[in-house]
Amino acid sequence: MITRRRFCKNALLVAGGIAMPLAALEWFDPKRLHAERKDAAPVRWGFLVDTYKCVGCGMCVKACKIENETPYDADVSRTWVERYIVTKDGRTHIDSPKAARDGFIDKRVDLGEGRMETIRDEDIEKAFFVPKLCNQCDNPPCVQVCPVGATYQAADGVVLVDRSWCIGCGYCIMGCPYGVRFFHPVYHVAEKCNFCYHRISKGMKTACVDACPFGARLVGNLRNPDDPVTKVIMSERVAVLKEEYGTKPQVFYRGLSREVR
Amino acid sequence: MVHGEAWTLKEFFVYPNEYIYWTIQIVMYPFMTGLVAGAFVLSSLYHVFGVKQLKEIARFSLVFSFALLPVAMMPLMLHLQQPQRGFEVMMTPHFTSAIAAFGIVFSTYGMIVASELWFVYRRHFVTTAAGLGGKASRSKIEQAWFLLYSVLTLGARDLGEESLARDEKAVRVLAAVGIPVACFLHGYAGFIFGSVKANALWMTPLMPVIFICSAVVSGIALCILTYIATMEIRKLVLSWQRKHGRALETKEELKSAEIQVVRMTSRYLIMFLVLAITLELLDLIFRGYTAVKSWDILRSVIYGRDFVNIFILQYGLGNLVPFILFLIPGLSIRRAAAGCALVLLGVFMMRWNVVIGGQAFSSSFAGFMHYQLPIWPDSFETFKEGLFGALMVGITPFVLFWLVTWVLPVFGRNDSR
Repeated sequence: MITRRRFCKNALLVAGGIAMPLAALEWFDPKRLHAERKDAAPVRWGFLVDTYKCVGCGMCVKACKIENETPYDADVSRTWVERYIVTKDGRTHIDSPKAARDGFIDKRVDLGEGRMETIRDEDIEKAFFVPKLCNQCDNPPCVQVCPVGATYQAADGVVLVDRSWCIGCGYCIMGCPYGVRFFHPVYHVAEKCNFCYHRISKGMKTACVDACPFGARLVGNLRNPDDPVTKVIMSERVAVLKEEYGTKPQVFYRGLSREVR
Repeated sequence: MVHGEAWTLKEFFVYPNEYIYWTIQIVMYPFMTGLVAGAFVLSSLYHVFGVKQLKEIARFSLVFSFALLPVAMMPLMLHLQQPQRGFEVMMTPHFTSAIAAFGIVFSTYGMIVASELWFVYRRHFVTTAAGLGGKASRSKIEQAWFLLYSVLTLGARDLGEESLARDEKAVRVLAAVGIPVACFLHGYAGFIFGSVKANALWMTPLMPVIFICSAVVSGIALCILTYIATMEIRKLVLSWQRKHGRALETKEELKSAEIQVVRMTSRYLIMFLVLAITLELLDLIFRGYTAVKSWDILRSVIYGRDFVNIFILQYGLGNLVPFILFLIPGLSIRRAAAGCALVLLGVFMMRWNVVIGGQAFSSSFAGFMHYQLPIWPDSFETFKEGLFGALMVGITPFVLFWLVTWVLPVFGRNDSR
């Protein structure tokens, strides 16, 4: 007769025996091994923003919303433009109404909840625009904190989101110091800029780069020394946002000022 | 509408995509897991360290911890945008994420509590099953109970001296193993927040420790409070029974037992409360003293916008007042109940001030977000992430506890030593 002890023992053995070979198949999946190889990827996408050239027209935001099907009137966007107004008293006024989708058509600064602040022209010391988008960090905190691996970094450096796998916990949104992530209003999963991955992987430029009339935005391959983006980054003085978080952002800025958040 | 728009008010410069994404349910989550862990630690004080005076409340808090267990998961499910995929956290965990540990820690802890309960109640299962089995004719309900208890014995019907001693040893071992696991269960909830480097208020290595201490505080407080409430109900039942001449104990016996337990337990409560407050104040002082880049905005949140929540409700009403209530000599039941209720408020406000307070400012450090708790729901979203969703989570453990005590009676049993 089989005893309880023996039954439990055998059941464990059988379960373990079945699980082992399945796990082995998983471990040696060659495709995955290849994908996880860190060295010698021929492409590393990077981005260059020239803040001297940006006039805050918002064409990039408009193009992005249409291209990536972010609901046009929803108050979220994969990319946005910030306006900085530094007054003579040393204060910095920042806004980005509607993510600057329609540009900056009002001279007053948006303080949120419908309140506006008027700044007289003669009080302004300097003013400029700063476009923002996902930094496709080399050490992306959003990928680190995703509990199910629904957001991941492709071999070419772009951080992507699997809409069919995201559980919508919002941890990645919390983990991003740049505030680029949000919940997609239609799909209800995490959403962010992916450098128009569907376009760049086919040799096209991102929608925002194509839409910018002033060439303030450029996307390029950082592994190619002849790429215009790489050339600027290597030869000119550029900066990145919030370096102190150790995220190693890959969106580079010309003319970044200390007021920029 | 964008998720978060319904309850977020923005002021000054907030990044366009920033909203208060973690809301009341994420306040409830550490609050509820804290209660689970705290209740378990309380029961372990008796089982492991042999604090005899806690015998009565130990069994009670163990069952209560079991009833709270499924509720720790509830707020997460109500919070997820894709709750149907929530299970994937257990099936395909991505181990660099603090949340991925949830499945392992939670199920380990659940198994420990369940098996400890089984060893504590095995004798009860066997005797009840034997008693019902000995009956010549059983009604349908009795038959159902008989079947249930027979299954619950898992075939281990030996009630000899030796096997009972082995039961006790198993309980002791499980309770001892359970303490670090319970602390881990909750410490990791603290880690979830403490490790977010993007959030200036959350990021501190003290967070897990603070969470554990306040968890134990809240767990003990809730156990005392529920204990008092059930004892009061029992007193009412007793006086009703006396009127009909069927009472077994006297009301005075109950009362003296009750105050003994409450006094003893509240001593432990005070101990952990002191520890929790010390760590929280250390964190606050350290932030002010080092005054790194984020301190300007943190200061305006802590001393300005959230002043009432932090200093009046959390530290004042939730910590200082109960501290004084417990320390005045001659602790009465009523005073203990009031103190415990305030301690619970304090711990809840601490969770609130961490979760909501951590999102009260933009990561641009140039703007603020104000959270408006949805009261009356106008959609499923404002229900589950509003007052009523939170209340549902708050009430469920008591309903579960009530249901569980049908099978695992908590009071009037002397079978475990």
